[in-house]
Amino acid sequence: MTATVATTAALALGDDALVLSHRLGEWVGHAPVLEEEVALANIALDLLGQARFLLSMVGDEDELAYLREERAFTNLQLVEQPNGDFAHTIARQLYFSTYQHLLYAQLAAAGGVFAPLAGKAVHEVAYHRDHAEQWTLRLGDGTDVSHERMRRACTALWRFTGELFQPVAGLDVDWAGLETAWLESVGDVLRRATLTLPEGPRSGAWSAGAGRQGLHTEPFGRMLAEMQHLHRSHPGASW
Amino acid sequence: MVTTTALEAELLRLAGSVPDPELPVLTLEELGVVRAVHVRGTDAVEVELTPTYTGCPAVEAMSRDIERVLREHGLREVSVRTVLSPAWSTDDITAEGRRKLRESGIAPPRARTTPGPVLLELGPTRTGTPRPTGTHGTPAADPVRCPHCGSADTELLSRFSSTACKALRRCLACREPFDHFKEV
Repeated sequence: MTATVATTAALALGDDALVLSHRLGEWVGHAPVLEEEVALANIALDLLGQARFLLSMVGDEDELAYLREERAFTNLQLVEQPNGDFAHTIARQLYFSTYQHLLYAQLAAAGGVFAPLAGKAVHEVAYHRDHAEQWTLRLGDGTDVSHERMRRACTALWRFTGELFQPVAGLDVDWAGLETAWLESVGDVLRRATLTLPEGPRSGAWSAGAGRQGLHTEPFGRMLAEMQHLHRSHPGASW
Repeated sequence: MVTTTALEAELLRLAGSVPDPELPVLTLEELGVVRAVHVRGTDAVEVELTPTYTGCPAVEAMSRDIERVLREHGLREVSVRTVLSPAWSTDDITAEGRRKLRESGIAPPRARTTPGPVLLELGPTRTGTPRPTGTHGTPAADPVRCPHCGSADTELLSRFSSTACKALRRCLACREPFDHFKEV
């Protein structure tokens, strides 16, 4: 593995964790109930821990998080999508945590530079996945309103799920097997939640490329502006 | 864990005697997070510390406390290195650590019988009614007992609590809410 290849992979995984962590952090002060606020903040904290480790493999974590431009981030477009309503956040969690759990399990088993982190984080992500699955069941198989919102959210985010299985250089992963397992798991949860796997393409030209290539959707620029403005306004500040 | 000298064993004991910053009833040794101490030269030492959770914010406070204790012991140069592998597990908490957790009102983690986390069954909460458990949510044979009254009749309120490593539960016998150190 060349340094460059490991860098590409560390940034891809680290940016996924960092960006989703920031999005989940936006719920703090706004979640529907206190327990859920704490849960989302704890998931965000786990992800931030992953991001710090992964970005530190490549360089200075603060510089990478706060001083890169939008096009230098290689996170999936899925994780940068706005929180929307609670159902949107849960759908994003279901899609991503299932993916990350399966991905980390493979990376942990493969050995290599990402195995120590993946082997540790996979246990934490199992709780993220369980959290998302249980909420999907509760909302999908809940009231007419919660069912419809969950259905709408799963459909709206479906077009960002194809990118999850785009191979990342430097990761020893069976991507086709990952996709099969993901479709099976998400399909099973949705079925038990009285929902169905959305139809329609899972990627396409309308997505303006892909996050892994540094091409992002419009809400990401605004998210980055908020995430980075303090550090950019006060360079080198610490507390 | 490889301790090659009596000095290293002594320094390991010292580093392990530091209280956990978030659960001060436990020492770092009882929590099982101090992995090794390596003496380098005459008065320099490297300590291997493993975090409970990847994002655990207490790691920095732990490192500072270990550095302080070992410097007070006369070591000039103390460095604390974070190691992730092998991953920390709640099985690394000692029997004494579990007893202290229970005594301070926190249900200790159950022993992990199989690799991977013991996932929790969703009980009724104020936000909803019970749902069928998920594919990963098979109920554990070993119930989480209330640390206050010992009842096995407890329910999950939230998978995440005051810290990432705990879940929030409620006892159905004595009605007291309590934290449960969840299994990883």
